[in-house]
Amino acid sequence: MTAGAATGGGKAIPILVVVVAIVGIWYAATIWLNTPWQRDVYQREGRDWTVSDLVADTMAQERPVLPAPHQVAIEIWQTTVEKKVTSKRSLVYHAWITLSATLAGFAMGTVLGVVLAVAIVHNRATDRSVMPWVIASQTIPILAIAPMIIVVLNAVGLSGLLPKALISTYLSFFPVVVGMVKGLRAPEAIQRDLMRTYSATAAQVFWKLRWPHSMPYLFASMKVAVAISLVGAIVGELPTGAVSGLGARLLAGSYYGQTVQIWSALLTAAALAAVLVSLVGVANSYVLRRMGARP
Amino acid sequence: METAAPRGESVIRADRLDLTFQTGDGPVHALSDVSLTIDKGDFVSFIGPSGCGKTTLLRVIADLEQPTGGALTVNGVSPEQARLNRAYGYVFQAAALYPWRTIARNVGLPLEIMGYSRAEQRERVARTLDLVNLTGFENKFPWQLSGGMQQRASIARALAFDADILLMDEPFGALDEIVRDHLNEQLLQLWARTDKTIAFVTHSIPEAVYLSTRIVVMSPRPGRVTDIIESTLPRERPLDIRETPEFLEIAHRVREGLRAGHSYEDAE
Repeated sequence: MTAGAATGGGKAIPILVVVVAIVGIWYAATIWLNTPWQRDVYQREGRDWTVSDLVADTMAQERPVLPAPHQVAIEIWQTTVEKKVTSKRSLVYHAWITLSATLAGFAMGTVLGVVLAVAIVHNRATDRSVMPWVIASQTIPILAIAPMIIVVLNAVGLSGLLPKALISTYLSFFPVVVGMVKGLRAPEAIQRDLMRTYSATAAQVFWKLRWPHSMPYLFASMKVAVAISLVGAIVGELPTGAVSGLGARLLAGSYYGQTVQIWSALLTAAALAAVLVSLVGVANSYVLRRMGARP
Repeated sequence: METAAPRGESVIRADRLDLTFQTGDGPVHALSDVSLTIDKGDFVSFIGPSGCGKTTLLRVIADLEQPTGGALTVNGVSPEQARLNRAYGYVFQAAALYPWRTIARNVGLPLEIMGYSRAEQRERVARTLDLVNLTGFENKFPWQLSGGMQQRASIARALAFDADILLMDEPFGALDEIVRDHLNEQLLQLWARTDKTIAFVTHSIPEAVYLSTRIVVMSPRPGRVTDIIESTLPRERPLDIRETPEFLEIAHRVREGLRAGHSYEDAE
């Protein structure tokens, strides 16, 4: 139950090895993918070149097919540390725009998911009528429905954070419903029989048995939910012609062929997701430890 | 259903009780024509091979299963009413402690549900934990206790709200012989001190004979009572009473009863 705390000293080396391997492959791919363009440039300029020229130049293009890791790192550094947070060119600013929509959507999605799960578990009619729709909702590609949501809400005067948060909600409530329905139904017959011998009310059974029993399921669902909330917020920024947010950075980057900007936004989004998931993991181990889980 | 006060001092009265489960493989006759009376202060054991309906009978008394025929009263009222009156404490085969609650909070669970005040909860939890010799373990979580201690905590939980009747379904079945002997001795002391009426399901002949004032022998297919044996042992019972001729004679009769039930099955 302590999987959330992945900070053991023994784990550092394997992780480091993987990182080094990825960076190595990335550099190799950079040279390989950027070579054709670089050769064209040499040909046009009619100059001689050596292999070491080629290697150095493929990693220093302004609009490479694949930017080198250090180019992305420099871009991230320049747009986070060296820019004021309030600047439109600051990645921190854009990340915050996306993060706020993510958190709002995650919170709404979790609450909606739990409420639906409670209704499904306690009411047979809800189980039969709502559950199929919950599953059907996830078969619609979010890329198709996101523009509709943005446009429709814009028509009724809602714009900015809320439409994006609603797309996050749309994605994130699903794992919570599924996980919590399972969790709330998980208590064994013997534990439910015990409550019956006390003539406990449904509310007492819920608060004293079902709810605490479902905590591990809730946190497992929330880990998935928070990651797809971020995806939802980014997707929500794509069709709006949005001017801010990581999604807007991605879109602007692709309009102008700014691959370095795209990759830095991508990596920032990935880092953000990792931080969010591990925060849920920390909350998970804290709560379960408070609930007497074996250390 | 009768609602009048029980005749004499009988606490549980079953009259021609029947229970048939409808399963995919056809009906299963779990209880057939079970009639018996349990008096106040009795320690009654139900013994028989698996499938004889002894656990089902206990669950019917606890209103966890509904009989399909016959009449049953608990404290003179229907089992459902008795359950709503919180007339009994139930001890399951497994301790069924809630793992996220400390021992004290597990024992206090029925008290919380039944709306006792905090002060009263604390007082009763301390008293019942003392009764099962678990004082000092209040703030431990269940996994920190041995199986025998967990089962003692679950007995404390059943005793906490002072129901007159204790229904115990093979509570020591999963424990080793030495722990079981020890808990049997403690259970007898507890019974002597609290004057409860206890219905106790077991498949161990020595356990049934050692604990009970009456032994109900049951046999399977259909689940039914084949013999009811009144114990001639004194209420005060040291562990070594199990080597006396009287004890062995009762054990012999129980064994005969169980064998008779089996031969009936073979004849079918």
